[in-house]
Amino acid sequence: MKPRHKRIALIGGGLAALGIAAALVLNALNSNIAFFVTPTEIAEGKAPQGKTFRVGGMVKEGSLRRDNLTVHFVITDTAKEVPVAYTGILPDLFMEGKGAVAQGRIGADGVFAASEVLAKHDENYMPPEAQHAVDQAQKTGQTLKQ
Amino acid sequence: MNNKIINWFKYASPQSFYPLAGKMIPWFWALAAIFGGIGLWITFFAAPTDFQQGEGYRIIFIHVPAAWMSMFIYIVMAGWAALGLALNTRLSGMMAQALAPTGAIMAFLSLWTGAFWGKPMWGAWWVWDARLTSALILFFLYIGFIALQAAIDDPRRADKAGAILALVGVVNVPIIYFSVKWWNTLHQGASVSLTKAPTMAATMLWGMLIMALAFWMYSIAVALTRVRAIILEREAHTEWVKELPEVKGTGQ
Repeated sequence: MKPRHKRIALIGGGLAALGIAAALVLNALNSNIAFFVTPTEIAEGKAPQGKTFRVGGMVKEGSLRRDNLTVHFVITDTAKEVPVAYTGILPDLFMEGKGAVAQGRIGADGVFAASEVLAKHDENYMPPEAQHAVDQAQKTGQTLKQ
Repeated sequence: MNNKIINWFKYASPQSFYPLAGKMIPWFWALAAIFGGIGLWITFFAAPTDFQQGEGYRIIFIHVPAAWMSMFIYIVMAGWAALGLALNTRLSGMMAQALAPTGAIMAFLSLWTGAFWGKPMWGAWWVWDARLTSALILFFLYIGFIALQAAIDDPRRADKAGAILALVGVVNVPIIYFSVKWWNTLHQGASVSLTKAPTMAATMLWGMLIMALAFWMYSIAVALTRVRAIILEREAHTEWVKELPEVKGTGQ
């Protein structure tokens, strides 16, 4: 083997080993890398007990209710739901039917007391007219199904 | 060796690459200006406002191309580094060294513009989710590469040390790219990818792609300018450099 080939083999082998190591580490850290847990994971008991954590999902349509300065809403992943109470300013993109992430802990009453609420934006970018058209199409689709 | 291989390797020598780069630079600057002009016009005038984010979304026209470039430049830099380690070519290390500052600027730009967007949209300048954290690590890798190369006086050894760091760090690039798929992140998924139709209005998409092209052209022009300076610096002792019209008569 020429020295050049030896070096190429070494670099290739080193990169492969590194890749495998990184994959293993990431796999081991999997649960810690998640920015938030879903309501289903909370129902399965996967949420950290007695510690603050983040719960993420969609803000359930029609669940937003204001009580003085406190906002109540429900975070859902369509399978399970978590009621959330939050006192503070909501970000602009926070609205019903859109993604949100709340940080806090679950109280004895089962309500998630949030100390911070972030809006999670999706990957859709379009002008308002297009959104209107999408809404119309969905409405028509629903009417047709019924 | 047959002729083909000799031709291919011709431009791997700093002496023949130097004038070639000099000839290419103005073209890349011109293309960068053209694409940048069209891209900025779309950014500010042609692209419609977003249905939800209003005007604030326009930052993606800088943010997304900068983030793409920061990842791509790193891969190219690591590629040159691997080539330099394997074949011991002089130009490879110089190319890697020339790319690093531009990559670092792109990484910084993506983090900075992202923070600007994050505050009004998410409600936070910064969160420690997988996408943002891995992008920050990419920025530190660039800074580390630049610092390591600058810390070692002997350019050959500096290239080798830098190359190893660059190659180790390349693991991070797929992590950045796929982080939004693999884990729950606050950062949204990709709107544009090779595997599915883009989830953006056409004008917005065109604006972003043209801006990305402008960033490409700018990066190439700047990297070539920088590599020429590095060649002059490292080859200053050679005859061909002393014979260059721009060096001759400057008292060097």
